Amino acid sequence: MDIITLKNNHKLLKEYKYELGKIDKGYANRTLYVNVSDNNIMEKPVTQMMKDKFVGGKGFGLWYLWNAVTSETKWNDPENEIVIAGGPVCGITQYAGTGKSLVCSLSPLTDIPIDSNVGGFFGPLLKFSGFDALEIQGKAEKDVIVYIDGNTGVVTIEEAPLEAVDGHVLGEQLTEMYADNEADKRNVAVVTAGTGAEHSRFGLLNFTFYDPRRKVTRLKQAGRGGIGTVFRDKKIKALIVKFSNVKGDLNNPFDQAIINKTGIKYHKEIHDLDSKQNNMRKIGTANIIEVMDAYDLLPVMNYQYGMHPDTQNIKSTVFIEKYITQGVQDGCWYGCSMACAKAADNFELKTGPYKGQKVTVDGPEYENAAGLGSNCAIFDPEGILELNFYCDTYAIDTISFGTATAFAMECYERGIINKEITGGMELNFGNFEAAAELLHQMSRGEGFGVTVGQGINRMKKLFAEKYGADPDFLFDIGMEQKGLEYSEYGSKESLAQQGGYGLTNKGPQHDEAWLIFMDMVNNQIPTFEDKAEALHYFPMFRTWFGLYGLCKLPWNDIVPADNKYTSEPAKVPEHVQNYLDVVYGVTGKKLSVSDMIKESERVYNFQKIFCIRMGKGLRANDRTPYRSMGPVTKEEYESRQERYDSQLKEKVVYDPEGKSTEEKIAVLRKYRENQYELLMDAVYKRRGWNSNAVPKLEHLKYLDMELPELIEVIKDLQ
Amino acid sequence: MRYLAKEDSKCIQCKACEEICSTTYFKVNDRNKSCIQINEKDGMPEINVCDQCGECIDICPVMAITRDKKGIVRINKKICVGCFMCVGFCSKLSMRQHDDHIEPFKCIACDMCSKVCPTGAIYISERDDSEALEMPLEKIFNK
Repeated sequence: MDIITLKNNHKLLKEYKYELGKIDKGYANRTLYVNVSDNNIMEKPVTQMMKDKFVGGKGFGLWYLWNAVTSETKWNDPENEIVIAGGPVCGITQYAGTGKSLVCSLSPLTDIPIDSNVGGFFGPLLKFSGFDALEIQGKAEKDVIVYIDGNTGVVTIEEAPLEAVDGHVLGEQLTEMYADNEADKRNVAVVTAGTGAEHSRFGLLNFTFYDPRRKVTRLKQAGRGGIGTVFRDKKIKALIVKFSNVKGDLNNPFDQAIINKTGIKYHKEIHDLDSKQNNMRKIGTANIIEVMDAYDLLPVMNYQYGMHPDTQNIKSTVFIEKYITQGVQDGCWYGCSMACAKAADNFELKTGPYKGQKVTVDGPEYENAAGLGSNCAIFDPEGILELNFYCDTYAIDTISFGTATAFAMECYERGIINKEITGGMELNFGNFEAAAELLHQMSRGEGFGVTVGQGINRMKKLFAEKYGADPDFLFDIGMEQKGLEYSEYGSKESLAQQGGYGLTNKGPQHDEAWLIFMDMVNNQIPTFEDKAEALHYFPMFRTWFGLYGLCKLPWNDIVPADNKYTSEPAKVPEHVQNYLDVVYGVTGKKLSVSDMIKESERVYNFQKIFCIRMGKGLRANDRTPYRSMGPVTKEEYESRQERYDSQLKEKVVYDPEGKSTEEKIAVLRKYRENQYELLMDAVYKRRGWNSNAVPKLEHLKYLDMELPELIEVIKDLQ
Repeated sequence: MRYLAKEDSKCIQCKACEEICSTTYFKVNDRNKSCIQINEKDGMPEINVCDQCGECIDICPVMAITRDKKGIVRINKKICVGCFMCVGFCSKLSMRQHDDHIEPFKCIACDMCSKVCPTGAIYISERDDSEALEMPLEKIFNK
């Protein structure tokens, strides 16, 4: 259908005019509220309190969400919100990774707040259009789009009945519709979900950016936690923002010179060192596929194993040489010299509704290759690219899909579920066709795909209650916690990483802490106190990126040539200073590292108390599946028998000689579970929490976060 | 392709080239605003100026850098977003930036400087187009 017909069928529900503004030191100083139930649109001022306590980005998102919901609110209640916010640094163009949006909502998977960090142009163009955040509430009756014209100062809500739902089609349609011409396409940014988000709980949001060389609307994903499911439940088809004439100084920074200097220094570093370090410009995060395999950390067959001989079929060089277009400036915002948003062009699809079409596949990132590939034992690069494409366009989180599918495959192989339950599908490990069919079923809303789309937490209940499976065994092998599927690293042999996953606010996602090398490989954090310090510093440090609209990758996916000679190489001190310099340049705030950590701690503890308010967030919720901690099955134990036997001898003082594998598993399990309990104690203490994982009142006082509504939630839990 | 050729050994470091360049394009005598810069390396003069290799063309995220008909690499400042990746990625360190301006600048082989050079250390020359470093899009995407 042509674009004019699509547009002519729009029905205007509301038009709202606003004064165009000027950004001051990184802040537009107002936010936009849109309610798609009653079509109310209004502006809200950004207060000094919001800046002081929440900074921006994820901080603003969580603050608005807190005020929108009650402890009773469910993800599909109209009052649940989707808040999209950049942050004060978001939109500068001189430093890599500065175009990020943070998206917050109550998650359909976890029933607690989720935050997801995403690239693409929406966040920066939203700010240049006049708003530090976009807050969406309500539920529309029919499919709507929200359009923000930042050139003229108009916001509209329109019924949009005929456009596609799938991300790659809808992104193209709306970019074409709202751009004046080809050159104007990069001034249009679209947020979409996809058909899969309508029938699963792990729907994602696609954020577009127009690629002028490929002449394709590219997609980045706010993947985790099911925000796309909330989006489609609200009957929102898309959000569009248009702003022309992006320049490098639109944030009206306090000191442009220091930003320029820091940015150019970093660009030179990438130019000189990327090919010697991680090859981010060639293959992005997928450079680590074979590294994870070499260190026995790659999730294989639902995290049973950490390596596999067939990993050579999906190693990064295979993608570089055969699939991923080389030599293109693949940044997902201007100025990202790391350029990791790689893509395979002219990729011919073999299955599904777009079979036979040649498409651009955004990816694979490491998580996709590991989740869709090795974890499901699909060691086929074209299979991974196809699943990656369909996950994106259907708006299905590749991580949750990969981990949930791996779980279902293991259940199938162990006879917990059978062909009758899967609707005739042979869900063995390695079956690409079955994995693809699950996705297509999620898109169509039918079959066993819908069951998998409910996530592991709900599959476990269903398999136990309806099909008589052993709930304890399902708990052990179901790699989810708090309702969220694990991301794609094996954590069995690193206690610190078990905490990096288990002691998070939103659920087991590695964006808080990735400590495996520090802990397991380099043995830099041997004691509980060391691990607790790392599980304090790194989650707080990484939270900070989400407050300012930053990407984590430029921090440590490349490091200065002399980084290894610094006192704390894992922290990449020079890059931390770069960030402090950039924030000073934009906002005029002179922060020290401890100020930085304190800014994060405020928001982190706020989110923690938000989780408690919604019924999770306590010690009991930090319990993790044993598959994340140690060998559940005989095969797993025997695959690393030497390591486990020697650990029993040295650490548990237990002689494994002559013992059965089952006996050894039980002893090792007791030891490891106890270690995790001790780790929880140490980490909670370091974070200023009591032994039930509740922030202490004096800690809130130290953080200047003694807000009455927070105290109300935790005062009886001290 | 047209470019400003140089012979470092002929340079007497009078810096007349820097003066004419910055006053022509920025109305001020400031070497930091000159596309050509005269440096010293191991006690010998070193002329730093763009040789129109075109490496920067593929770096620009908005395709603001292109090669014109004469082979000169030019920046369209109207669409430039001021990311300065071209500055950081210039192997010859000849893409310039000054904090008074949000766009970079570079030599466009205009010939002003060579006219004031007293020793002929800089002069307009031509070399084969095959030495261009940018990659045509057709080649990148195998079209």
